[in-house]
Amino acid sequence: MSGIIGKKIGMTSVYDANGKIIPCTVVEAGPCVVTQVRTMELDGYNSVQLGFGERKEKHTSKAMMGHFAKAQTTPKRKLVEFKGFEDKKSLGDIVNIDIFLEGDFVDVVGTSKGKGFQGVVKRHGFGGVGGQTHGQHNRLRAPGSLGASSFPSRVFKGMRMAGRMGGDRVKVQNLEILKVLTDKNLLIIKGSIPGAKGSYVLVEK
Amino acid sequence: MDIIKFVDEQFNVKKEMPNFRSGDTITVHYKIKEGSKERIQLFQGVVIQRHGVGAGESVTVRKISNGIGVERVLPLASPAIEKIELNKVGVVRRAKIFYLRGLTGKKARIREKKM
Repeated sequence: MSGIIGKKIGMTSVYDANGKIIPCTVVEAGPCVVTQVRTMELDGYNSVQLGFGERKEKHTSKAMMGHFAKAQTTPKRKLVEFKGFEDKKSLGDIVNIDIFLEGDFVDVVGTSKGKGFQGVVKRHGFGGVGGQTHGQHNRLRAPGSLGASSFPSRVFKGMRMAGRMGGDRVKVQNLEILKVLTDKNLLIIKGSIPGAKGSYVLVEK
Repeated sequence: MDIIKFVDEQFNVKKEMPNFRSGDTITVHYKIKEGSKERIQLFQGVVIQRHGVGAGESVTVRKISNGIGVERVLPLASPAIEKIELNKVGVVRRAKIFYLRGLTGKKARIREKKM
């Protein structure tokens, strides 16, 4: 699977040939540098590590500086391994968005926006109590029963409860690429993608 | 934000449009499809709000049709919008004049700006 690292810029809309409005997300993707190539003989699996975004030298450790020096590139902010790149890459190669074509379907991986501590209605889609009358006064969005009583005498692991929501790795599959602006390194992807504006996303083919 | 603006300008052709705001009376010429035929229809009324920027900018136009208030929300970047004419410039004190919905008859008039 080929892929590229990008930055979510934001959303806008374009009109299609029929005059229909299509919501879309703009992603600034690449150019990425191959910073490491993992091979079957050496590492036991094949993959390509890409780097994207500039990092200041004073914020980079000496060990990482050596890693970037091997690929003869400046320090990068985000390093991601992609398994099963379609064509062979070697250290220091540049990966551009021309690996994508208009009309391709891609998967986009991002880190969803953090929602903080949320109850079960928002976090797991519970229905809540349902009514506001007949004696309800402070349990409209309560989770209800957590299980049976003396057997099993415990709450099962994985019971859906309130807690931290968002900030997870989320993959959205089968998004269409509407436009590729090669000179500006911009991808225009149909629909929404996970994450806040300015966050890093992976676009996989 | 600048990249979004760039993308908007790339894919949404900018139309020549008079500079209008809420309180003004405009006529919108827009294409409608009837089966395979296309024709142009007019909608004349008072602008009660302009909403959004760039590709998502829209205008809400209100008119009284046979005694019934009719409002249309028209996306300004849409290719279906052929032309917009500015008929009257009104004097109003706010950007969203939703109070017009509750008024009828003589109360619903808007003072016209002398050119």
